[in-house]
Amino acid sequence: MVIRQKYLVAALAVGLAGAPLLAAASDDLLEGINAYREALADGNPSELVAAEGEELWKTPRGPKNASLEKCDLGLGPGVVKGASAQLPRYFKDTGKVQDLETRLMTCMETFQGLDSKAVVNAGWLKGEKEKMAALVAYIVTESNGQKIKIDMRPPQMKKMYELGKLAFYHRAGPMDFSCATCHGDQGKRIRMQELPDLRTQEGAAAGWGSWPAYRVSNGQFWTMQHRLNDCYRQQRTAEPIYGSDVTIALSVYLAATANGGKVMTPGIKR
Amino acid sequence: MKKISTLAVLLLALPGAWADQGETYAEFKAMMDRSFKTTGIAAKHRMYQLDFQKECSQEKQPPKAVMDRIEAEQMKTIRYPADGKYFGDWKEGEKIAVSGRGLTWTDKTPDNNGGGCYNCHQMSHHEVSYGTIGPSLLEYGKVRGSSEDIVKYTWGKIYNAKAYNACSNMPRNGDAEILTEQQIKHLMAFLFDPNSPVNKK
Repeated sequence: MVIRQKYLVAALAVGLAGAPLLAAASDDLLEGINAYREALADGNPSELVAAEGEELWKTPRGPKNASLEKCDLGLGPGVVKGASAQLPRYFKDTGKVQDLETRLMTCMETFQGLDSKAVVNAGWLKGEKEKMAALVAYIVTESNGQKIKIDMRPPQMKKMYELGKLAFYHRAGPMDFSCATCHGDQGKRIRMQELPDLRTQEGAAAGWGSWPAYRVSNGQFWTMQHRLNDCYRQQRTAEPIYGSDVTIALSVYLAATANGGKVMTPGIKR
Repeated sequence: MKKISTLAVLLLALPGAWADQGETYAEFKAMMDRSFKTTGIAAKHRMYQLDFQKECSQEKQPPKAVMDRIEAEQMKTIRYPADGKYFGDWKEGEKIAVSGRGLTWTDKTPDNNGGGCYNCHQMSHHEVSYGTIGPSLLEYGKVRGSSEDIVKYTWGKIYNAKAYNACSNMPRNGDAEILTEQQIKHLMAFLFDPNSPVNKK
């Protein structure tokens, strides 16, 4: 409630401010918004989604009537604690670099006999994608507070990093935007939204490290695939296919740049 | 002898480096090609770059000669208003500046787009929710006046920002058919009209 008042005061200050005070007022507004976010983080609504996900992880499903409890997210079969802090990574068994979501699709196919196309083709937060979001919420909660630790030794990871960096700067579409248009400079905003400079370790850690996240504005939990998809939507490009290589390559570029930063997942966003 | 050996090293090393660069880029293009699909109005061909988009897709800006060439090419795309009238209604212009909608795969039509100006620019005295990717345009007309030069420059900048800065972050609003000529006239009025909140407190 205290926070709410502060937010209100900031909003009022903005409403009443004359031109010379404008910059200060907008700083106040930003401060108010940040305080509001902090207050929400105390009792993150993602907990409910994560609880659903934990249940799903342990519940037998699919033609093979098996749970995901033997799924290897990189730290060994069934190890969830700290696993997403080290993703994406190169997996020998699939011969691919995988992020959390594509790795989960592999496990759903292998252990449960489910067709991963059902995930790819579902609408956001519907059907199998809703289940995926719940699993992701559970898994990333188990890495909260850990360090981002991406193993860049495999040549496949180095290759993905290079491809991801090219994708980051790739300008296209009717508005000529790339990721770098908004995330390639320090201290910028879109409207009141502060933008992390994703070229830097600090910026990438702030961005990569706080997604997946719960979005207060629409009451939705968004996975990283969902986040990247919406970035491209706003870039006015064509739509990236769920789990496609460009999404993995960009994830490797961001996560590797963020290496050593703190995992703050699930994040809490406006 | 030293020179010869240096040259030999260069001759051996360079083609290798080039081949690798070319190979990675070919892989990149193939990756982009298989990673995107058409959804709604956002056709897959949006991923295929115009020449200048490709030249501006690097960590650093291209060399000055390339920038100059791009700017000269983009300058040729600018269409000034056929009737010679540069200004519409600033109130309409403000609505266009505020709206950031349009051209995504969730938009039903490629028409009726916003200008998205406030995403990146400060503009009026009363709107505090503005972005900072572009420069502040507060008191644009008041500060700059409305000589023919500044009016034509401003039209051109809105129509195709790349004519003035090859790798500008700003979209080519006219050239890429994001905004109509009439919408650009409204934006011009929003920037220049003495009664517009851009200029009047």
